[in-house]
Formats: sequence, C-alpha cells, structure tokens
Amino acid sequence: MSEVTPLTPAEVAHVAALARLTLTDDEIERFTGQLASVLAHANDVASLDLSGLEPTAHPLELRNVLRADVVTPSLDREEVLSQAPEVIDHRFGVPKIVGDAP
Amino acid sequence: MTALEIAQQVAAGETSATSVIEASLAAIAATDGDVHAFVDVHGEEALEQAAGLDAAIAAGERVGPLAGVPLALKDNLCQRGLPTTCSSRILEGWRPPYDATVVTRLRSAGAIIVGKTNMDEFAMGSSTENSAYGPTRNPADLSRVPGGSSGGSAAAVAARMTPLSLGSDTGGSIRQPAAFCGVVGVKPTYGLVSRYGLVAFASSLDQIGPFSTTVADSAALLDAISGHDPMDSTSLDQPPTALLASLDDGVAGLRMGLCSELLAGSSEEVMAAVHRAAEVLASAGATIVDVSIPELTLGLSAYYLIAPAEASSNLARYDGVRYGNRVVASDVPAMNAATRTAGFGDEVKRRIMLGTYALSAGYYDAYYGQAQRVRTLIIQAFARAYGTVDLLLGASTPTTAFELGAKVSDPMEMYLSDVFTIPTNLAGHPAMSVPVGTGAGELPIGVQLLGPALSEETLFRAARVVEVGRDS
Repeated sequence: MSEVTPLTPAEVAHVAALARLTLTDDEIERFTGQLASVLAHANDVASLDLSGLEPTAHPLELRNVLRADVVTPSLDREEVLSQAPEVIDHRFGVPKIVGDAP
Repeated sequence: MTALEIAQQVAAGETSATSVIEASLAAIAATDGDVHAFVDVHGEEALEQAAGLDAAIAAGERVGPLAGVPLALKDNLCQRGLPTTCSSRILEGWRPPYDATVVTRLRSAGAIIVGKTNMDEFAMGSSTENSAYGPTRNPADLSRVPGGSSGGSAAAVAARMTPLSLGSDTGGSIRQPAAFCGVVGVKPTYGLVSRYGLVAFASSLDQIGPFSTTVADSAALLDAISGHDPMDSTSLDQPPTALLASLDDGVAGLRMGLCSELLAGSSEEVMAAVHRAAEVLASAGATIVDVSIPELTLGLSAYYLIAPAEASSNLARYDGVRYGNRVVASDVPAMNAATRTAGFGDEVKRRIMLGTYALSAGYYDAYYGQAQRVRTLIIQAFARAYGTVDLLLGASTPTTAFELGAKVSDPMEMYLSDVFTIPTNLAGHPAMSVPVGTGAGELPIGVQLLGPALSEETLFRAARVVEVGRDS
C-alpha cells in the first residue's frame, strides 16, 4: 500500500554504513542499480492491500522453550578462545574502546 | 552402489568400511579436479573412522543403519576441529569447537564424513558461483552450474563421489541443485531436523536435508538425522521419521494437485517431464487434479525481503571479535567495517544491505511488514489447497542447468531460478525434487513434490512411485 520511492546512491551508502560495510563509489553505483531492480520486483508485494492479515514471522507456533535450570557440560573455554583473532588474559581482545584514565 | 547396499554389505562383513572409503576417496581424486564439489577432503579422519567401524564389526558389535557409507557435508555444517568456511573468506581457518547435531547423529548411524562441499557464500545464491573458493561445475555438463547454494553436495552425489550428502535449503538450495544435477534432494518440514551447528542464514526458513541417487537412500538418511533435539529451540517435538518402512506403500487413493503456478514459465521440456511424472502417479492409482494457487506468485518477492532481513541480522555476528578473520584497525567500528568489507563477497554484501534497508525506519512496513503478511497469505492458500489434495506436484526449476557466468551480473535474474521452490520455505512445509529424465544436451530435469507440514511419509511414497515409473 505504501508509496515506494526509488533507491538512491546516498541511501545505499547509508545502509552500507549501518551494516558496517565500506563501499567504493563504483560499488555504490553498481549496488544501487542491482538493489533497485530487486526492490522494483518487490513492489508487487509492497503495493498490495494486506491490512486484514496478521504478519507471520515464523512457520511454527512460537513459544518459549525452557530447560531445567541445571548445569550441563558446555563448550571448552580454551577451545573457544583458540578461535578468536585476539585473546588478552583469557578474554576476547579488541582495540581500546575507552580513553586513558585521567 | 547405493548407500543402503553399502551399509548392508559392510554390516554383513562382505565389504569393509575401509575399502568403501578408499573407493570414495579415489573417486574424489579422479573426478573432483574437474567438478570441484569439495572445499576440503578429510581422508585421514574418514579412514580412521572406517578402521574403527571395521574393528567393531569384526568384534561382533552392532553397527548403525548407515554403517560405512561415505557422506559429504555442506560447508555450513560444523564438525569439531575441522575447517568450516561457508565458502567465505571471513571464516577461513575457523575450526568449530563443537559438532552439529546432524554430525553426531550421522556418526552414531555409522556414516563416515569424507569432506566438506562447496556452496554459495553463506548459502546465498543459486549457482555455487558465489564461493570464495571458485565455482563447482555440473557433472552432467562441466560448462554449466550445478545450481545452488548446495551445489557441491548435489555434484558430489551426481558424480558418484559419495552416495549421500547433506545440504541446507532456505529458498530451494537443496531442491534446485538436485534438479540441475539429476539427484534426489529433500527439504524436510521446518523443525524436523535439528539446526544446531548449521551456520545461520535466514533462521525462519533454513532447514537441513539429504541428497542421494535413490529415494530410499534419502529416506534412510532423513530417518537417521531427524527427530527432536533440545539444542535447537525451533526443533519440533517429533520422533525421528521411519520412512523406509512405508516407502513402497504406493499412492493408490491419493489426490495430487498439478499446480499451474509451479509450472508457469517453464521450458517445454520441463513441462513435458512434469506431465510424464503425473501420468506415472496416475497409473499407480493417484487421482491427479489441476490446482491453481495464485498467491504463490508473490513468494519470490516476499522471500527476497524476508531472507535478506534475517541474514542482515544473523551476519552481524561476523565482527572480527570472537571467531573468524579480523582486519586490524585503530578502533572497534573501523575494525568491524574493515573485517566485514574484506571478508564478505558481493552477493553477501548485497543481501545484508537489502535486509538492512528492508528493516530500516520508513521502509519497514512497506517491505518487511508486507512480506510477512504475504507469508500469511501463502500459508493460508496452501492450507486451502491441502484441504482438497494430499500433495502438490510441479517443476523444481523453470529450466535445466544454465551456463556458468550466465546470470552472475544480474542478481534478479539469478533469483528467478528459485521461483518454484521458495513458497515451501515460507510455509515451513516439506518438498522434494526427484529426477524425471533429461532434456536437451542430456541435462537432468527434476519434478517437485510438495506436501503439508510433516507429510514426509506420503511425499516419499509418491517420490518412490515416480522413481520406479520413470525407470520402467
């Protein structure tokens, strides 16, 4: 039902930034055309009046799945950490995210 | 030899598991240079497991129903300590710290995993050309694609490198390559096979399923891997299937709908093959009626909004922190972006951006919200159809396998090859592709059988009838 406006290169650049992707100008231009053609096809969906229908997020009837609150074996900590790009003091390491203490 | 013949001979001590695995590894060595179905072959581990199985049989121990059967695993399924890449640079070198539930179940059934198969990166694609490790080729014609995204798993079975393989099907990624390569491919009911250890693409759609040369082998494989798993919160509270027991019960008395929307736009040879399958089913006692479900034509658009939306969320985890590759940068956001930009291929980037866009403020209702309502519409339409027929019948794909490179520059054109398989995933239903002969250039054609949730037993009976009728 909603009006859908054509995709612009600026929107593609914005979406790429939201998704933590860095695109060259050439890539922005190419992706804009390709994504616009997918969205143009999707306008058959966007233009329907479906106001009487509930959305389906999932094919199963969703319900909370809980298990008994008991300790069970889990992944081996060192084995998991062995796959991390950087480990500092038995923890995942990342570049510094806070400033130096005053 | 089929998987069931191998298992029977191995269990009876007529053949050793070691010799079966050696033969599979030799076939891979001889063939896979041309086909490139595998991204990794685990010869040593497979032979070790085979030796253990042979020792157990010599000691008189009971072995599982797939004892000694070589199997290829799509590279988005985790095996502890062995590389799992999803055919992506971002996961190069990653060694999962746990086994997927299907891997655990395969091991207790006696199957032996000989390697990991090539795929479209993160299962996003319909040709296995979106792999960071180069394309897989169709064993029926090396100039053509095997389909995708489980193209390596389909090709491994089609080229007789392994009698069984596993793939995953989010919008047709098992059935479409099965049709293109001329093998049986099954997308089970959503939740029937545990996805613990399957790298997520679109979580409300993904399902693991078998490839094989015969319907009976796929039945045996699904029997081995299905059933409830507490490690997957979307796992259905169902026992494992027992499909082999009723496989030859036939289709007498069943009503089957030949669905016009699952044929529309197909090539003449594909239409002819589907009609041949319908005749086979009719002569076996099924009643074939024409059915129209116009809502299904909206499936493709809805899918290419829903699947990318879920993918954009699922793939946020590749941030260079806990596993996979990292590109070093001065701060965390720059490190995230540099890692993702270098690690993902173009199609993955397109889907992430499409999904991010479809979920973004101002467009959410028009795209994602509408697509979810179309999903409801399709589920209701299927329910009406299954009120009058037991199963539906259509084509798996509109054409036979296309040439490598034919659709890589036009994503929308590529997406259209999934038009007949997508509605099943949106509804969470099972469906399978069964080979029904060949078209021009001896290229395989598949017929698609579809049913309501948990109708696998009926589906497999019908597939078996098609298989027997086709060969007679």
